[in-house]
Amino acid sequence: MTDLILDVTDLHAGYGRAEVLHGLNLKAEAGSVVTVIGPNGAGKSTLLNALMGVLPAKGRIAYRGQPIMLHTLEERVMAGIALVPETRALFGTMPVEDNLLLGGYRQVLLGRKDSAAALAGVYDIFPRLKERRTQLAGTLSGGERQMLAVGRALMSKPALLMLDEPSLGLAPLVVKEIFRIIDSLRATGVTILLVEQNARAALEVADYGYVLEMGEIALEGPAHELATDARVIDTYLGAARQKKAT
Amino acid sequence: MNLRRNTLIAFVVLLALLPQLPVPEFWITQGNYIGLYTLVAIGLVLLTGVAGLTSFGQAAFVGLGAYTAAYLTLSHGVSPWLTVWIGLAFTGSVALVLGWITLRMSGHYLPLATIAWGLSLYYLLGNIQALGKYDGLLGIPALNFFGLTLNTGRSFFYLLWAVVVLAAIAIIHLLDSRTGRALRAVKGGTTMAEAMGVNTFQIKVTAFVLAALLASVSGWLFAHFQRTVNPSPFGLNISIEYLFMAVIGGVGHVWGALVGAGVVQILKDQLQVLLPKLLGGSGNYEVIVFGVLLIVVLQYARDGIWAFVEARLPRVQRKNDWAAAPALPERPRPSHGSVVLDVNQVRKEFGGLVAVNDVSFQVRAGEIMGLIGPNGAGKSTTFNLVTGVLPATRGAVRLLGERIDSLASREIARRGVSRTFQHVKMIAGMTVLENVALGAHLRGTSGVAAAMLRTDRAQERQLLKEAEKQLRRIGMAEQMHELAGNLALGPQRLMEIARALCADPTLLLLDEPAAGLRLKEKQGLADVLRQLRGEGLSILLVEHDMDLVMGLVDRIVVMEFGTKLIEGTPEQVQASPVVRAAYLGTEH
Amino acid sequence: MFRAGLRTTFGLIVMDLSIASILMLDGATNGAIYALLGLATVLVFAITRVIFLPQGEFVAYGALTLALLQLGKVPGTVYLLLALALLAAVLEVMAAAKRGVPAQVALLRAGRLLAWPVAVWAVAHWAAPLKLPLFLQCLLTLAIVTPLGPLVYRLAYEKLADATVLVLLIVSVGVHFALTGLGLLFFGAEGFCNPSFWDARFSAGALMLSGQAVIIFMVSIALMLGLYLFFERTLRGKALRATAVNRLGARLMGISTSGAGRLSFGLAAFMGALSGLLIGPTTTLFYDSGFLIGLKGFVAAIFGGLASYPAAALGALFVGLLESFSSFYASAFKEVIVFTLILPVLLWRSFQHGHHDEEE
Repeated sequence: MTDLILDVTDLHAGYGRAEVLHGLNLKAEAGSVVTVIGPNGAGKSTLLNALMGVLPAKGRIAYRGQPIMLHTLEERVMAGIALVPETRALFGTMPVEDNLLLGGYRQVLLGRKDSAAALAGVYDIFPRLKERRTQLAGTLSGGERQMLAVGRALMSKPALLMLDEPSLGLAPLVVKEIFRIIDSLRATGVTILLVEQNARAALEVADYGYVLEMGEIALEGPAHELATDARVIDTYLGAARQKKAT
Repeated sequence: MNLRRNTLIAFVVLLALLPQLPVPEFWITQGNYIGLYTLVAIGLVLLTGVAGLTSFGQAAFVGLGAYTAAYLTLSHGVSPWLTVWIGLAFTGSVALVLGWITLRMSGHYLPLATIAWGLSLYYLLGNIQALGKYDGLLGIPALNFFGLTLNTGRSFFYLLWAVVVLAAIAIIHLLDSRTGRALRAVKGGTTMAEAMGVNTFQIKVTAFVLAALLASVSGWLFAHFQRTVNPSPFGLNISIEYLFMAVIGGVGHVWGALVGAGVVQILKDQLQVLLPKLLGGSGNYEVIVFGVLLIVVLQYARDGIWAFVEARLPRVQRKNDWAAAPALPERPRPSHGSVVLDVNQVRKEFGGLVAVNDVSFQVRAGEIMGLIGPNGAGKSTTFNLVTGVLPATRGAVRLLGERIDSLASREIARRGVSRTFQHVKMIAGMTVLENVALGAHLRGTSGVAAAMLRTDRAQERQLLKEAEKQLRRIGMAEQMHELAGNLALGPQRLMEIARALCADPTLLLLDEPAAGLRLKEKQGLADVLRQLRGEGLSILLVEHDMDLVMGLVDRIVVMEFGTKLIEGTPEQVQASPVVRAAYLGTEH
Repeated sequence: MFRAGLRTTFGLIVMDLSIASILMLDGATNGAIYALLGLATVLVFAITRVIFLPQGEFVAYGALTLALLQLGKVPGTVYLLLALALLAAVLEVMAAAKRGVPAQVALLRAGRLLAWPVAVWAVAHWAAPLKLPLFLQCLLTLAIVTPLGPLVYRLAYEKLADATVLVLLIVSVGVHFALTGLGLLFFGAEGFCNPSFWDARFSAGALMLSGQAVIIFMVSIALMLGLYLFFERTLRGKALRATAVNRLGARLMGISTSGAGRLSFGLAAFMGALSGLLIGPTTTLFYDSGFLIGLKGFVAAIFGGLASYPAAALGALFVGLLESFSSFYASAFKEVIVFTLILPVLLWRSFQHGHHDEEE
């Protein structure tokens, strides 16, 4: 049994008075790709924000065996967790290369001096970013922004990479490319936690999946099993309860 | 109600008795200064606490009132009872011009402008020969009140505090009225207020001018109390002290102004004696304490002293006096089946990004239409185009045949479009009833004067009756006197719908109304919406909860990447392979 | 009568050409100082969203600290520094205890806060009676005043990092009050005039340039260039800018927003103190003179919409020139003119920005 890089128990989180996650349990094995799918409003972004420390949360989060619930966001970043948020949070008025170099800030703080090599590595994965290295991040297309956001996160050489809806707002071909890249990242040893509304693409690239519905895990299992499960389809289009009602 | 009213009466009685008691003259003088400062601080409560704007120029407005009174009385022998009105007119005009210039900008430009002109005026006053430069004007006569010369602290005390109490009551009345609700709505941002039909710019200017007028009256009184005027009490540092009084006392409450003025004045006095002894040397060391105190209050107790008091006073529930009020006139309903909303080839581009791609659809009377699609599909943008929050790049939106795509939000609201918001926008400090009554803003007409003089009560009863009616419709009538901030998310969403209904709309736009609701609440919501549909209302709703949508709506428009994918009945949409692909992901 | 009037007017015009050049030089020199302060204001706002009204207080602190050193006394600023550092250390230990951080770590952090202030205090005590050369005294002044910046940020603003611009502005007002009062406490009510750094005089045609003016220009340009290079070329500088561009993004990169705040306030204190040292000979400064000087730098910053450095520098030049000419023609009203100026600028800025929605 490979070790768990992430072990979440009884997670409760929300915004202000509204609780969105009602006691979630989730595990991620080191080096795997885990996906959380589900309809909108289910709490997928809330999950990643709570894990990163952007939101306050209750429950138990163990990262590499250590409890990190009391750690601040900055401490979790330095511990090797990276998040690409739904909004991408790019530095729009700064050029692509600066965005990437700032992604390597954690490495600089840790005393490593190999940012040039890391940059070259990211350009290998995303050649289009190299073409646009001096362009301002705010002027990139949707797909390029997504690539920049992921590339920036990779610069910090995280152990756990969390992606919030990477397919959001992207055309089908671009989605294909993004997911191909996510698949290829396995080779680097990073663990990927992927939250997605595009269930098909997510389940194709993932090893294990969770279906989140109304703040609770409704289904879980190996990804290829979930992909053919009829209940997944019904959850998305509301046919399940509809059938029961009529 | 009784404890509060009795406290107020006791306070007024105390004020009336105080000058008659053998209290040392020092305390009477303190009381007079506290009264003068309270007037200005009340203005800041209105401006900063309620409307969310800040001014560092209030002392300058006091100066305008004081110098007008002094100059006109001394140089031209004008009666003080006339100079007060001239002062008000002058100060009001200056405030109008300043407010008009700066209130168009983002929040922090107003205080910056007030710092500038506050300083400017100070130096101006100090350098004009006719106003005595930095020595000022001396020998201002005392006020003559029906034959009584108010030349002692004790005699002046009565007039001053009568004015203060009247001003406080007037502002309290103002805050509890149609205009008051509109003022509170502006603090959290202009989007919601404009959607309710409030002219946010106009109302901000109104608050600014009112605060200036209060300061002007304080200045007039000041001139006839001190009998001399010079620039030093009207400088920037004094303006800062006024703000400080309001913040310490509780910038959200009128009585906070009084508490703040009292605390700061007494504290200042004690510190001015104590600190030089403690620290050696002489000087205004109390500013150190005030500065630190202000920082500490902002970090730990932003609502000020009065908030503590308020929390311990029993809550007064509004008495229901509107049961017999006549109902408000209603808009004529369009005939069933006629087109209410016509969205025609509407396009929205943000630079190179096409957010809404030539989308067309129609909503008919007595119909519920659902707008669904994956995240980033353009649903909220479409919503914002219809409600006037965003201008369209191309295309036309028509309401009952009239083009509305180039109109402002409040104009569209006036024509019968009402909405709720994805993230609830409400005023936490008001009750549910008052929040809902804000929705009826355009159905009322009473303004500032009517509010202060309470001549608006008849109309107010009508508005509150309407609000209660809508709450009853939604099923929230029992909670109408609860503070909106204490509600859970579900009831807050329902309250927003009641508020939208209060505007008597022809078209109701709901932005994710079920988000955060529990199953039972969603069922209740669906029932209400069906009932509204039965009454002829048109509803356009953006939702992610497919169970709710499929069982409720008549027709659905599905969007993806800004484009309309398909339009049809729930059954048609559910069966469509194109929709399945869009939601679940592209087929490879 | 008419003839005399004409002659007077003509005389005035002839006089203007040489006086104008002196006024322009004077205005430009002051403008250079305002540019430094304007830059500091923009910098602090860009990184922390704080409108730092007390910027001018650092000017007074710098000038008066040097003045006291010149007299061979230990400047009161040293004690202020110690007091603030002690307060910060105590609060740090309390916060650490609350979060369950081990005592050793907490005490170490407290120690680090106190290290520099204690060292500076020791040096000041030793150096003051020695009346060291002017240059060394200036360095000591900067060493004393600069650390006040990060401490002020820590104590007054850090806890409110997420507050609205308006709340942060009101905090600035509180800080202004406190620093002014403390200035009175530590420096007393008398005014001081500092020596010039360079007494040389250069003539360029009709103009007489003083050595001090040359230094002021050189320092201003050097600092502006230095800041430009720092923010545009170094990773640390880019990280600071990033904090203002996208706060969440910066935090996710491991860029500490509190570190950014402290650094920007440190820079502001440094530039303020430096301005105070440079103004020395031309003006007599009192404990409360800093505020007005800071405000003029602030007017300059508004020219740039609190965002653009070049526009702020240009605005500063304009303010300096305007003040110079106003003080010649209508000296009593010069402040009125300078501060009334801000209104049309704000109006112009408002039409550029359009309507903003302060969502809270």
